[in-house]
Amino acid sequence: MKNFENLFAAWMVVWAVFFVYEISIARRIARLREDIERLKQQLREE
Amino acid sequence: MTGRIASRIAAAALIFFAGYAALFIAPDEKTMHVIQRIFYFHVPSWIAMFCAFTVVFVANVAYLATRNAKWDWLGVAGAETGVVCCTIGLITGPLWAKPVWGIWWTWDARLTTTFILWLLYICYLLLRGLIDDPEKKSTLSAVFGIFAFLDVPLVYVSNRLWRTQHPQPVILGGSGSGLDPTMSKVLLVCTLAVVGVMIVVLMDRYRLERLRHEFEELQIEVESRIAEAPAIARERG
Repeated sequence: MKNFENLFAAWMVVWAVFFVYEISIARRIARLREDIERLKQQLREE
Repeated sequence: MTGRIASRIAAAALIFFAGYAALFIAPDEKTMHVIQRIFYFHVPSWIAMFCAFTVVFVANVAYLATRNAKWDWLGVAGAETGVVCCTIGLITGPLWAKPVWGIWWTWDARLTTTFILWLLYICYLLLRGLIDDPEKKSTLSAVFGIFAFLDVPLVYVSNRLWRTQHPQPVILGGSGSGLDPTMSKVLLVCTLAVVGVMIVVLMDRYRLERLRHEFEELQIEVESRIAEAPAIARERG
């Protein structure tokens, strides 16, 4: 199994990059939702 | 919500099956052996990138024609997702090249045009961050996105037009090219998996852009109310 570590690294890179990117999007969406809710609350109070 | 969960389950199942097919079903290549299996993730990442950048091109043209902000959101979502796919291809390529060519990287036509493509779309994303006016930002980035897309066909034909260290195409490469039937099927499964994940990610990124727009509109409304408040107080007072 020569070069198996390169194959494993490539396989990991594909899904790890997608996974990290998806997590970053989910976190940004959650933060935006909080901000939107805060602004809506502010508008309701005024 | 149910559709989103279903798409994620389908993508996860495809990822699992693609990994199994690439490692255990695909036949061993005679000269490169196990390292050739990177092919099943490397090529699909480029196909996914081409799809994403085509979405950007269509969205940019549609934005300039209609001035509908939804096309701009789709454009930025496609560009960021395409850069992610391009980054994957640029990492998996050297991991394959080192054991086969003996070098991580060379500035041949295919690799250079691809690297330029990656830089162009990073510039597209950076450009958006530099302009405050939303309409100006959307228009300029749409024009730049159309210009950046010119490099996409150049990347595709580069190893057909010039002699490159990168191998000649094995798919649609003319006479003498082609894949073993089992390899073709495994490649198809892996392509479906990577493109499927790319579509899921792109849709989420589009949702993020839609929410950002909603946030900006609310922020403008809050600011205008704050600005109006002293005048209203004076009228009442």
